[in-house]
Amino acid sequence: MGTSEYAIECASISKSYGKVKALQELSFSVKKGEIFGFIGPDGAGKTTLFRILTTLLLPDTGTALVDGLDVVKDYKALRRILGYMPGRFSLYQDLTVEENLQFFAGIFQADIRENYYLIRDIYEQIAPFAKRKAGKLSGGMKQKLALSCALIHKPVVLVLDEPTTGVDAVSRREFWEMLIRLKNDGITIVVATPYMDEATLCDRVALIQHGRILATDTPQAITNAFPWQLFEVKSTDTLNMINLLKQHPEVHNADMFGETVHVSVKPGRISADDLFSYLQEHGHLQSEIIQGNPGIEDCFIDLMRMTNE
Amino acid sequence: MKRFVIKEFLHIFRDTRSMIILFGMPLVQVLLFGFAITNEVKDVKVSVVDPAQDEVTTAIRNSLFSSAYFLKGEILYSQNEIEESFRKGKNKMVVVFENDFAGKLGRGEKPSIQLIADASDPNTANLVVNYANGIINNHFQTLYTNPGLPVVVPEVRMMYNPALAGVYMFVPGIITVLLMLVSAMMTSISIAREKELGTMEVLLVSPLKPIQIVAGKVLPYVLLSFINAVSILLLSYFVFGVPVNGSVVLLLAESILFIVLALSLGILISTVSNNQQTAMMLSMFALMLPTILLSGFIFPVENMPDILQWLSALMPPRWFIQIIKSIMLKGTGLAYFWKETLILIAMTIVFILVSVKKFKIRLA
Amino acid sequence: MNSAAYAIEAQNLVKRFGSFTANDNLSFFVKKGEIFGFLGANGAGKTTAIRILCGLSKPTSGKISVAGFNVFTQAEKIKQRIGYMSQRFSLYEDLTVAENFRFYGGIYGMSRDQIRQKTEEMLGKLNIAELRDTIIASLPLGIRQKLAFSVAIMHSPEIVFLDEPTGGVDPITRRQFWEMIYQAAASGITVFVTTHYMDEAEYCHRISIMVDGRIEALGTPAELKAVHHALSMNDVFIKLARKAVNKE
Repeated sequence: MGTSEYAIECASISKSYGKVKALQELSFSVKKGEIFGFIGPDGAGKTTLFRILTTLLLPDTGTALVDGLDVVKDYKALRRILGYMPGRFSLYQDLTVEENLQFFAGIFQADIRENYYLIRDIYEQIAPFAKRKAGKLSGGMKQKLALSCALIHKPVVLVLDEPTTGVDAVSRREFWEMLIRLKNDGITIVVATPYMDEATLCDRVALIQHGRILATDTPQAITNAFPWQLFEVKSTDTLNMINLLKQHPEVHNADMFGETVHVSVKPGRISADDLFSYLQEHGHLQSEIIQGNPGIEDCFIDLMRMTNE
Repeated sequence: MKRFVIKEFLHIFRDTRSMIILFGMPLVQVLLFGFAITNEVKDVKVSVVDPAQDEVTTAIRNSLFSSAYFLKGEILYSQNEIEESFRKGKNKMVVVFENDFAGKLGRGEKPSIQLIADASDPNTANLVVNYANGIINNHFQTLYTNPGLPVVVPEVRMMYNPALAGVYMFVPGIITVLLMLVSAMMTSISIAREKELGTMEVLLVSPLKPIQIVAGKVLPYVLLSFINAVSILLLSYFVFGVPVNGSVVLLLAESILFIVLALSLGILISTVSNNQQTAMMLSMFALMLPTILLSGFIFPVENMPDILQWLSALMPPRWFIQIIKSIMLKGTGLAYFWKETLILIAMTIVFILVSVKKFKIRLA
Repeated sequence: MNSAAYAIEAQNLVKRFGSFTANDNLSFFVKKGEIFGFLGANGAGKTTAIRILCGLSKPTSGKISVAGFNVFTQAEKIKQRIGYMSQRFSLYEDLTVAENFRFYGGIYGMSRDQIRQKTEEMLGKLNIAELRDTIIASLPLGIRQKLAFSVAIMHSPEIVFLDEPTGGVDPITRRQFWEMIYQAAASGITVFVTTHYMDEAEYCHRISIMVDGRIEALGTPAELKAVHHALSMNDVFIKLARKAVNKE
């Protein structure tokens, strides 16, 4: 067991595939016992980073310690304490639920009964299908089985690469409930997700894009650092309204958010009423404007635009 | 480790395709080769060179052609004509009688009969010659029961394939091809499948050592391939009456050696292929075709151009075919093929070392 | 041409696989030029229904027409008049942008000139004319998805089916993608789209939510939120999907 307060410490990790720079000078640390989320779109470098953390890839430069073990030098020791769920469903589709679990317990020389308490809540949901082949399970069920298999040897650090991608909203919510329970059992969890709304479920997050970290902090601190004032505007002709709002001199940006448009402006320069009358002048008689609070997605978009500029 | 082997067996038994390759193929192959190779000679065209044309040669000719086996071909006069007639495919065999045949026989000398067969189809050639031999011997025995008379033994010459692969050659060949196929192809595909489906990622991020993964993959196939080898032997013995003249234990031991060799080759292939398709193609082109073409299974090594002979020396199946040929057909022991066996052992060690070395402990 | 007001008319669509009913009596109409969101949990039967509507699979029973053609008897005609794009398969990665346009244009029987003209037009709209000879594999995912959509509508189909078109795409590109969808709809193309992003459900004119092979809810986002006393589409979705009986 490492003695530091960090489960993972990464210092200027870089990795390139030929000309493509997948990761550029990534540094971050994950505290023991927290859920740390990497939030970013496909191609941001999440999978590459996770493969480095799980000893599957060598970084070009930089060092990474997981539970005090070097991912390059101490890979053998590290592989005993890692739980890993790759992005693709990677269980044996032709083996049954039960056989998969037994197999993974076997290769880690773990005792299913001893560690069952860890997976009980998860596994009991799929236990009725114990004799069913893994390939015949629904998306949500596969997810649960994969998580059970990744947990059966009681890992110190659990690395989950996009566990909720392509999973429907209900299963996603259930999956996160399970992660929070595991965290309470003392497991450090690193999770990647393209869904911005999942950020608030993490203790801390790193927003990642084009192989760079845009920001690392608690979700609350990230949204607090949003430099603009935000209004939520509702109207009928959304597209037209967005273009209109973008032309307003005080408006920094306007983006669709579900049925509303989030308008970011320099703080304290204009009020909701000012915007309302501006829209009214330009034909949007029925708009509805309220002060809004930025979410992670607002921050992500803003940070993305900043780095792109 | 135990779990790993169990898992492999489950994969194999649940996959219809694997099961067919494993157990259907040996059956079909043996039956196919067995029946495709003609065991019966019927209406084979035979030409004759008979400068003497005396009563003895005529009698022999009559008994040859009165059998249902042979059809009368042409009467030829010179060596050139023999070549010519073979090339045109006009006959399968030419019977050449010596000049003054009856005269020599009468003087107590041994006149010669030469049987020249077109051995580009060695099995047919062998059969035809055997039949002809039988008829001629029979002819002399029934006619000349007087033991004092010299028995005429036809001199046999095989054209185009003087070494003549035996009729039963197909059994050693098939065992070799099938062991190669099942062992190498199946392991390489099954490892490549783990890469393709992403399960290899999870295996790598586990305490399993490369040697354990390799062994876990290999063990089930050693057993299954062994069962395969035994079933081919049983099949060929009971259906076609192919004997094992030498030691069965030795034969099986050599088979296991070859199986391990083929498996390590399969693993080697899997280290360079990332998906099942590549593994399949590589096994096909790198293993199957050389096994069939260069091992001496179909084309005798001795007749190959030098370059191909050297190439074939690099093919493990070539040595294995020689070994089992010796055991099965000649009934010889280890003393006669310890060299071949050593070559196989050396190859196996090299392949295992290289494949464990090449087996990646990380991705890409 | 189809002169009715509907691009898709499905009445009592049933699809069974053996004893399993994947689509249980689906009835819905999609208006021309509408953006229709087709939502549902994994395994609710969305993919089966889309396959039927695209003429790839025959329903067990029902009265279904797409672009005015009967799915039972005129599947080939339907295929000529629809566009399709999914997250998984969209463009040939080893071909260039222009080659992909040429290939798909060719499939739909467009002339060389038409293809050239459309290619320029679409690339112009995306502001990436300079990428026309770039291999797809070397482009970022966001641009690929936008290109895939352009290719799917280059033959001016009556309906375009989008199966999770924005999965894994960054939030800015996602919005640009939806702007493209709006533009396509404004030009008269009917858009039939599935997504797991519930905020995107709000962008649709109307939505249906499938649960266990049945349509449990159908209406505008505002209507659905009102009926289910929910603040967001996410809440509506979770309320409905949690009711699912056979989650398997």
